[in-house]
Amino acid sequence: MNELRDLYQEVILDHARNPRNFGECALSTNRAVGNNTLCGDRVEISLQVNGGVIVNAAFFGAGCAISTASASMMTEAIKGKTVTDALTLFERFHTLLTESADADDYGKLAVFAGVREFPIRVKCATLAWHTMKAALENSDDEVTTE
Amino acid sequence: MSTKTEPLIDISKVRADFPILSERPYGKRLIYLDSAATAQKPHAVIDAVGRYYSEANANVNRASHFLAAKATDAYETARSTVSCFINAPSVEEIVFTRGTTESINLVAQTFGRANLREGDEIVLSQMEHHANLVPWQLVAQERGAILKFVPIDERGDLCLDRLREMVGERTKIVSITHVSNVLGTINPVAEIVRLAHEAGAAVMLDGAQAVPHMSVDVSDLDCDFYAFSGHKLYGPTGIGVLYGKANLLDKMPPYQAGGDMITSVSFDSSSFKTGAHKFEAGTPNIAGAIGLAAAIDYLNSIGMDTVKAWDAQLLEHATELLSGLPGLRIFGTSKEKAGVISFALDCAHPHDIATILDREGIAIRAGHHCAQPLMGILKEPATARASFGIYNDFEDTEALAVGLRKVAEIFG
Repeated sequence: MNELRDLYQEVILDHARNPRNFGECALSTNRAVGNNTLCGDRVEISLQVNGGVIVNAAFFGAGCAISTASASMMTEAIKGKTVTDALTLFERFHTLLTESADADDYGKLAVFAGVREFPIRVKCATLAWHTMKAALENSDDEVTTE
Repeated sequence: MSTKTEPLIDISKVRADFPILSERPYGKRLIYLDSAATAQKPHAVIDAVGRYYSEANANVNRASHFLAAKATDAYETARSTVSCFINAPSVEEIVFTRGTTESINLVAQTFGRANLREGDEIVLSQMEHHANLVPWQLVAQERGAILKFVPIDERGDLCLDRLREMVGERTKIVSITHVSNVLGTINPVAEIVRLAHEAGAAVMLDGAQAVPHMSVDVSDLDCDFYAFSGHKLYGPTGIGVLYGKANLLDKMPPYQAGGDMITSVSFDSSSFKTGAHKFEAGTPNIAGAIGLAAAIDYLNSIGMDTVKAWDAQLLEHATELLSGLPGLRIFGTSKEKAGVISFALDCAHPHDIATILDREGIAIRAGHHCAQPLMGILKEPATARASFGIYNDFEDTEALAVGLRKVAEIFG
């Protein structure tokens, strides 16, 4: 039960119920669609990038609590970051989910450390991030977590 | 009023036949409610596969030595067991495949390619598994044929009136699932066969979810093709069955080519065996076929009528318990339903439900169940699904309800 409480922390449930930056970026420059074929989750990421800086980010889609909260918190985390810093943050986020990283270094995103105990849910937590990366690379292909 | 009645089956004896039920996920009793994905295997099946490899392993239909005769005999006896199980007129009408998916692909690529012309129609339904949809899309694209889909109503029943209108002289093939893997609906397949035959169309039935729950009689149904998988029938993975009427199988070109399916081969051309063997190129899954026959013998020892009655008891009890949970919606409320319950909770996504139940030792499936177009009709991105096997009992259905209350607690 404790592992479940660690996974479904209040912050995650709050973002899942009331996702931030939900919809489309008005002046988007980069977009991508991501699918988790395992569970049918689908997320669309739209970004407004000016001079190498992500000035706005939004997501749209339907998914589980983990994928929705992750997408919501990702859009908050990458706004104002340079493209390079956003991609580095994705790598660090992945480490948080899969290896023993010091959660204190992750700010709000530290709530996702609980996912580590649920390896099958790592794909849920990273779907939005993979899609964000594809949007930045302006890849036309739909992304999957496979 | 509780529908928890005296079990029609000696459930403790049945449970003892399945060694996996003593596994303890997270230290808890295993509540396996994912038999529609794959069923667990009784000792009888596990032992039959082991015994074949220890005592009879050899290639079939080739060598003349002692073991080859023993293996060939066991393999062909398995074909005969399958033939009796679904009451096929002849063993020559039982083709061993890798599973339902391969059986359907076989028919689409041989019968379908040989018989479909531009503008011909293939009638499917909105509740098909991808395995009974994508093979037809491929052959339809190649031959310029058109796919039509019989709609479902709000209970998850096929709209037979629409099927009646849809099937006409352009219809070459009607391919419909016998039991829906999502909704649990048992389709009126005998009536569907009759309507299709009136229009001159051939009928393929996807029986993957039907054979584990009820007795199936292909002679009585009069279908042209019937497909099912061994692993959903308490048998091994990688073995499946295609029943096909002899006169159709004889006219169909081979599916795959190679050893065992030929009568003679020269450098320029070959002639092929007739009947089922024409469709079994290469060394078959001998152990799988023997394991499947052991599963059928096991089910026959319980009796398919008992299997069906117990399935209905579990379904009724679980449906009653789940209907009492706030915010729970069940998809598929047909009067004719097998032991499959798809549902959603207002407060939690199916994937989150599955994770929380998993930690209680409860295995369910969450997702689109390989039926994405049906999810679109239901207007749900995914559902949670509990499905029953002969080894489930009321303790399992009660644990599911308790687990779902826990989900509501976390997400409430």
